[in-house]
Amino acid sequence: MSTATPPPHAPRPPTIAIASGKGGTGKTTLAVNLARACGAPVQLLDCDVEAPNAHLFMHGVACATTVFSVPVPVIDNARCDGCGACARGCAFHALAMVGPAPLVFAELCHSCGGCVQLCPQQAISETPQRRGEIETQQAGLVTLTLGRLDIGVAMAPPLIHAVKAGARRDLPTIIDAPPGTSCPVLAALRGADGVALVTEPTPFGLHDLRLAVAMTRTLGLPFGVVINRADSGDDRARTYCREEAIPILLELPDDRRIAEAYARGALIYDALPEYRAAFDTLWARLRALARAAQHD
Amino acid sequence: MIIAFSTAGTTLAAPLDARFGRAPRFLLYDLAHDTFTVLDNAQRLEAAQGAGIQSAEAVARAGAGAVVTGHCGPKAFRVLAAAGMAVYTTDAPTVAEALARWRAGALVALTAANVAGHW
Repeated sequence: MSTATPPPHAPRPPTIAIASGKGGTGKTTLAVNLARACGAPVQLLDCDVEAPNAHLFMHGVACATTVFSVPVPVIDNARCDGCGACARGCAFHALAMVGPAPLVFAELCHSCGGCVQLCPQQAISETPQRRGEIETQQAGLVTLTLGRLDIGVAMAPPLIHAVKAGARRDLPTIIDAPPGTSCPVLAALRGADGVALVTEPTPFGLHDLRLAVAMTRTLGLPFGVVINRADSGDDRARTYCREEAIPILLELPDDRRIAEAYARGALIYDALPEYRAAFDTLWARLRALARAAQHD
Repeated sequence: MIIAFSTAGTTLAAPLDARFGRAPRFLLYDLAHDTFTVLDNAQRLEAAQGAGIQSAEAVARAGAGAVVTGHCGPKAFRVLAAAGMAVYTTDAPTVAEALARWRAGALVALTAANVAGHW
């Protein structure tokens, strides 16, 4: 008898995140070409929600767009007795108690719902407030989902969580993380089975690679390093990886044709077939990294 | 009426602090008695966000009826307006000079925030 349920010991498809401390090292370039290299149905999550750009290289067909909202408090002035418990309890200072009823500063609200619980008069309810949108596109075998934060919105993590929560569990997943090492990056990386940290062989690149390594180790995620434009700077990124026993998963040269393909919005995988093997190898290494972690 | 002046010091001779939300202290001058007290604002100074909102709550709670400062952002202004407080801005170098200008009627109340948040 056939069944749709996979056998209990079948490995879950891996989730691979591409991150870097420094911006502009080539996260998106790697992510889109890895997705292309997959050769089977794969989903690419563009979690750089403040500046998503993976779609510029995938040229997919838009499938669906949903509005992303978060709950924020609304005060029922008829019920509010002005006790101020909500404002005193708000760790984010999104409520101010002056005059007869609290003022709501929704842009500071982290949607914890604490004020609703604290109000003795049950005068606070929550209403959805738009913060951005989530778009899905299909480009060949690649399902691209991108979060797009509205202009002026400061908090990226809730939208990143929503992009990840909507992802399919039955497909391998590549996450294009935002740059840096702060909350949005942690939101993008948590739960990944393997991480590729992209760097460049410059003092700036190494400085931020150290931060990214410390962050990834704190999260307890298996990772390796990709050195982009590897022949353009010095040897310090390689030396650092050797000293820290960090695997170098791939080195990409500083090839003007790569920059030209990028500027046209073309995938290296398609424009420069001689690099296919490099991305195929990277994908295989990241899968192996993830598989080893899943078996731990 | 009590007027709240943003300042880093504790006397009338102290410099007026141009910042409202992240002022280290407020000098609360009581016009009726010509006396003043000092309200420490260090907690707000170090707030990750919402410093202006909390500073506005603090001076409202302290009973001030007006604020004299250098600049006031939109969130603080909204709280101060809701508390019924007038906000005056000035480039006076000291609290004493700002008070003298206020008494002379030389200060004009803001009708909206005069800087964007996080200026």
